[in-house]
Amino acid sequence: MTMTATAPAPGFEAPGVEDFNLPPVFGTVTKPVLELVLALIIVVVLFAVATRRMQLVPSKGQFLGESFHGIVRNSIARDMIGPEFLKFVPFLTGLFAFVLVNNLFGIIPIIQFPTFSHPSVPYALAGLVWITYTVVGVRKHGFGGYMRISTWPPDVPWWVRIILTPIEFLSNIILRPVTLSLRLFGNMFAGHLLLLVFILGGEYMLFVADDVALKVFSPFAFVMGLVFTGFEAFVQVIQAYIFVMLTASYIGTVLADDH
Amino acid sequence: MISGNLNTIGYGLSAIGPGIGVGIVFAAFINGVARQPEARGQLQGIAFIGFALSEALAILGLVMAFVLT
Repeated sequence: MTMTATAPAPGFEAPGVEDFNLPPVFGTVTKPVLELVLALIIVVVLFAVATRRMQLVPSKGQFLGESFHGIVRNSIARDMIGPEFLKFVPFLTGLFAFVLVNNLFGIIPIIQFPTFSHPSVPYALAGLVWITYTVVGVRKHGFGGYMRISTWPPDVPWWVRIILTPIEFLSNIILRPVTLSLRLFGNMFAGHLLLLVFILGGEYMLFVADDVALKVFSPFAFVMGLVFTGFEAFVQVIQAYIFVMLTASYIGTVLADDH
Repeated sequence: MISGNLNTIGYGLSAIGPGIGVGIVFAAFINGVARQPEARGQLQGIAFIGFALSEALAILGLVMAFVLT
């Protein structure tokens, strides 16, 4: 929204989509790509350090790693997947750590750009999840059985099936990865945009606008920016949790025996 | 004079429904925990899935607000 009032100062350009298209750092490599690599290194190194010298009485690092693993195992995998949960825990733990680190990049100073605010990145991640649960389901039940579980709910009259089966197909096989990725993308995008609005708006009020009243009120914009940074930290953790939780629930539904 | 995109208002309106939905999901979660505190672990997973599903609508609306110009 552009305010074209009587003020001689240039109007405030609200941040938008174009603020997310950062120039490439070198070649075709952009900041999100570097962040993905950095997140990979961070996750691998942290877990390698945490599990380097495993003891019965854990050291601090081992304790942290085990607690993290325990959260995924006890409160996500076991509830969502069922009796066969144990072999998916490493995948889910890695996914949780990777998404969490990438999300937290949004509020870590200097980096300050959530990787998943570019839609292509969560698309790739959701594609990985989609391949995982499809392969798991087809292995467990065969292709026909997997399709039956996904699109053929039991105890439904035939005339409802005419509508229900296409909807179930669309929802379970096509829209699941789309909503999974768009949820992560939308939250990171909206959160980063929110911070941009407060910080850039505050900067505009303080330095560009001629109005004294705007200068006086500009600290409120920065304070709100700080408050929402804390809120963003919360949202980022929750979104990483939800991403892994939904992944586990998708794996759980394709593994489930007949309802 | 304010010029802008009507999509913004549309998104604001479309966020009402998911907002109410998320509120209902967590109200039910709190009710459930208050009645049966030991079921908290199970309810938490269900609550977050319900939250995620209703929030998906708001997120789709947000994307649409930027996609349709």
